[in-house]
Order: sequence, then structure tokens, then C-alpha cells
Amino acid sequence: MTSSSRTLVAGPAIVLPGDDIDTDRIMPARFLRAITFDGIEAHLFEDDRRSLASQGATHAFDDPARRSARVLIVGANFGCGSSREHAPQAILRRGIRAIVGESFAEIFFSNAVAIGLPCVTVTAPDAQALTRAVQADAGAVVTVDLETRTVSAPGVSVAAGMPESARDALISGQWDATGLLLEHYEVVEGVAARLPYIQGF
Amino acid sequence: MSGVPATLFQKIWDLHAVRRLPNGQTQMYVGLHLVHEVTSPQAFDELRARGWRVRAPERTFATVDHIVPTRAQARPFPDPMAETMADALERNCRTHGIPLFDLPSGSQGIVHVIGPELGLTQPGMTIVCGDSHTSTHGAFGALAFGIGTSQVRDVLASQSIAMSPMNVRRIDVTGALASGVYAKDVILTIIGRLGIKAGAGFAYEYGGDTITRMSMDERMTICNMSIEGGARIGYVNPDETTFTYVRGRRFAPKGAAFDRAVEWWRDVASDPGARYDDRVAIDAAAIAPTVTWGINPGQVVAVDGRLPDPAAGGHDRAGLEEAMEFMGFRAGQPMAGTKIDVAFLGSCTNARLSDLREAAKIAAGRKVASHVRALVVPGSQAVASAAEREGLDAVFREAGFEWRGAGCSMCLAMNTDRLEGREICASSSNRNFKGRQGSPTGRTLLMSPAMVAAAAVAGEVVDVRSWLPGAVPAGPGAAR
Repeated sequence: MTSSSRTLVAGPAIVLPGDDIDTDRIMPARFLRAITFDGIEAHLFEDDRRSLASQGATHAFDDPARRSARVLIVGANFGCGSSREHAPQAILRRGIRAIVGESFAEIFFSNAVAIGLPCVTVTAPDAQALTRAVQADAGAVVTVDLETRTVSAPGVSVAAGMPESARDALISGQWDATGLLLEHYEVVEGVAARLPYIQGF
Repeated sequence: MSGVPATLFQKIWDLHAVRRLPNGQTQMYVGLHLVHEVTSPQAFDELRARGWRVRAPERTFATVDHIVPTRAQARPFPDPMAETMADALERNCRTHGIPLFDLPSGSQGIVHVIGPELGLTQPGMTIVCGDSHTSTHGAFGALAFGIGTSQVRDVLASQSIAMSPMNVRRIDVTGALASGVYAKDVILTIIGRLGIKAGAGFAYEYGGDTITRMSMDERMTICNMSIEGGARIGYVNPDETTFTYVRGRRFAPKGAAFDRAVEWWRDVASDPGARYDDRVAIDAAAIAPTVTWGINPGQVVAVDGRLPDPAAGGHDRAGLEEAMEFMGFRAGQPMAGTKIDVAFLGSCTNARLSDLREAAKIAAGRKVASHVRALVVPGSQAVASAAEREGLDAVFREAGFEWRGAGCSMCLAMNTDRLEGREICASSSNRNFKGRQGSPTGRTLLMSPAMVAAAAVAGEVVDVRSWLPGAVPAGPGAAR
């Protein structure tokens, strides 16, 4: 996997209402029984999807009209709980290229950025405005622009927040940090050499 | 370390900072990397694909915990995928020279139980693991936090990680805990008070005389659930209790080195007068045995309290209604008396020896209710053998609990230990999310180990305070 810029995402959107959606719901633990991420997207929100289907309803991720969605709109504290990267991996592999929410749990956010999946924040009223625009028209294109820090949909354009470091990493294409961390390994060794517990006290 | 008074967070941060990255983050040296079978195989694959090696295998330690069966543990495991995952970990550890505490080692167990037990976890360190409950290790005065698989790869390859600065919230817990009230009740109360989002961007520093009096096991329970309050890091400043715990453990410094270590460890503790970004005070004496009633760990109620009314005009009405509907509970119903089907005593939150002792005090001489399936899953092989030496396994078995092998088990049900259908589980674990314990419709009530044991016997949620020696009123289940 090579890093590349993740500045602009545009496409139809899926809305998942509700706060505090945890990573166990995004990716139930029994589907972590694997040694690769291949095919994991098949189980994205599996329990929620099955539960709705059994009530005759359709989960947003099962809506045929939104199969080509590129943007996911969520509430507050999205991705709380377990650190499983399987959750953002499944969302990315399902075709989502940016998430717009009121707030994100910290580990989920850093996992998402580490795989080049931008998560931007908007205010609750702005999230509602975006939701209205998208719910009215399954084909409505939502644009997430990190350069201008905006999220727009037909008739709506709102300010998008993101910590500067994450924004910089995604725009510059350096969201995959390993190469960067290895650049000056002698400095890492220097820090280790000064730590009493590394040196046996 | 002199000059301006600083927090432990700031001191450890400064000691481990490598350099400023182009995006403004800080590259931090990682002092201890713990690895398990679920979040590491893809990271090792990427290392292989890019031709990188593990930079510091001597700072990296692995165990197998999430997928191990707790009954028949002979290899190959009955579940072929569990076998594949264990095999992949073994292969990766062999290839890269990483010590692995596997089942035959006698030191296997939940990664957050064995790290401290082996003396790997020490004050002043930066500790990471591909697991959100890595915050547990903060109990020793370390900066310990969970990471995802891409960051596991980063750390394997570079023994460092990119981090953004955090704020520090000091949480002072003061006063005496009543008999029957435990560390679990303290942390559930804190999460209930502050909410599950409040910790985002914060490290939680726990202090005050209640915390200072706590054992390391109890401090680990508190720090473990920091992430349930949204805080990736939770810690307690190291003190004599910490040093006494670490002394003599397998990977602890020995002899004169230990004495020098203690001096350094004292130095990394927060200074008097250190500045905090926020402060919260909790009155320990006011805490009752606490139980979660809903679908996140902030939805708590005192065992002698009643469930909230989502329509009462508080915030998050939709969330409360969703929880009430999923749980099949009614607004205003009392928590005590809620019937349970399963009792699970285990997890990195509450499956250490002292937890099992407290639960065994309740179970001794009593019987698990006939409709309840009850299991005890020790946090590690060392906890299991220590408990067996004390005869705790016999106490639990005679009461009708199953005594199992060590692992994560029904906390997240990646092995065959799981809820069925709509079962309700009294659980000493850390998460009550929808589907967490393996059944999409299964329901979890989080509580202390003693409360779990009492619920197992009573067949319903009961107030453990009335079950302890000297208590006056008998609990509803005590007569059964």
C-alpha cells in the first residue's frame, strides 16, 4: 500500500443516525477471527443489518440505491470501544472514502487516518442539514474537501473540522506513518539510550 | 526533573519524545509493545511485504488470549480459525524472535493481566498494544494506550509511534468505600458521571486517598475502564504499593538496580502543584454497588436505584430509548430483582486473584441458582494456579460455577463462550455493547465480581452489601 493524497472525496452518501455507535456494532467480534482483512466488509454492521431485516426494515448499508456511497454521515462519538482496526477497514473496503460526524472516538479516528480514511467533524445542526439533503435524494453528491475544510451537499455547504496534523497527513499523502517513523531511526535509538529502564537502571 | 511542576503525563511524554513530525505530531519512543493474535497478523504481513524487520524484539512480548478456548485447550484447537490465528502468532514470533507466552508456558493469559504479573509493566514506560484496554497498565504510572493494526505495524517496524498531545484530567476520589463497594463501582460511577465521550483528548490521572489506599489489582480495574469513559490513557502515580508489587517479578529490575529504579519511578510521578487541564472530585463514601442497565458503560444505576426515564427531559433521549428497548426494560423499574441467565466472572477488568477471592467469599457455601449458567475464567494461568492453591476453584465448583482456563472468553465471545439469544448476563467485564457477548440480542449487566457471584446465586441482581458478614438485612436470594 502506498500513500497518496486524500484531499477530496465526492460521491453519494449513507446516513447512520444515532450517537455512540461502538466498534463491536460496526464489526462484531466473531468476524475478527481471521488473519487478513480480506472480505471483512461483508460483515460490516452485520448484526444491525440482520436485526432490521428481520423487522422488515432496511439498514442504510443494505439500501440498493446507496450501494455506490462514498461518504458516511454519522452522529457523535462514532467508533467508541474496541481498538479493532477491522471497523474502519471494513468501512473503507465497502467503498466509503470519508466519514462526516459530530465527533469520533479517539482510537477509531487514528486508525481511520492511518489507513487514509478521513473523518471530519461538523456541528449537530450542520449534520442535520447534510442529512436532510442526502435523505431526500439517494444520488445527492456529498463532497468532503480537506483543502477548503468544507462538506457540501446540494444546497448545503458547512465547515468541517479536523486536527491539523491529520489534515496535513491526508493532504500530503503521508498518512501511512511507518516510512516517516523509520526516517531517522538513529534518533529513536538515542532516546532509548537515555531511558534508564532500557539501560537496566 | 526539576523546574516547573509537571504531571507524570508530561514527564513521560518529554522523556520519550523522539522528534517532531512534518504534520506536527510527535514521534514517541515505545518502551513496551504487547502483542496478541487478533490485531497483529495483518501488521506482520505488511512488515513482510515491505521487507522490514521487527526493530526491537526484546521490547516486544506476545501472548494468545482472545481466541483460546477455555475448556479443551489441547492443540489443534477445535475451532480451525482459532488454530490458524494461534499458529500465525507463533510463526510470526518465531520469525522475529519475539518472546511468546503461549499455553504451554504457564505464563499465558489476558495480555493486560500477564504484563503486570511478569513485571514487564513498570512505571515511567510508554506501553502500547493493539487493544483498547491497554490503559490498564497505567495503574503503574505508565503511559499506556491501545492502538490499531496499522500502528502495531508502525511500532513493530520503528519501536515508535506518531502521537498528538493530550490534556490531563485529574480525578480525585476521596473518602472510604463502604463494605461491598469495589474499584469496579468507582469506575462505573466515574463513567456514569462524566459520560462515555468526556475522555476524548484526555489522559485521566486518578488520585485521592481512595485511590492511594487501593491495591494494584484495584487500580488496574480503574485504569482498565478509562477507555469506556472515552479516555485512551488512564494512570495512577506510582507509590510504595506500586514498587512492592513490581519487586521480585520475573522482568523487574533486581538488587541495586531495583533501588535505582525506585528512585527514578518516584521522580516520574506528578509533582505537587502540577497544572491540570481539568479536575473532577468524586466522593467515594457516596458510591453504592453499581450496575449498567443499558448498552453502553455510561448507562449505570445504583443497585438499589431505579432505571431512568428517557422522557424525563435529560439529554440523549433517543439513546436512552434505544437502550431501554434493546434491554427490554421499563423506565423506573428497580435494578435489583432483574433476573439473569448467565454469570460471567472474567476479563482484563476483573479476573485477577483478588477479584476471584472477593467473589469466592460470596459463593462459598452457597449454590448457583438452578436456571443460571455460571463460569469463572481466570485472567491468566498464574491467577488460575494461585487460586487453585488457595482452593478457590473448589469453592466455585462446589457452588456450581464452571472453572475454566485463562483467556478473554465471554467478555467478547471470540471463542465458544457466548450468550445465546436474549440471555441476560451478570458480567464482571467492561463492555455492555449490543452483541458484545456473542449473541446479537444478548444483554449484559456490568458489575463487580462480588455482585456477579451474588447474582449467580440469587438468580437475579441483588445488593451484595446485604450478603457480607455483619450485614443486617438478608438479600432476596440469600434465603434460597
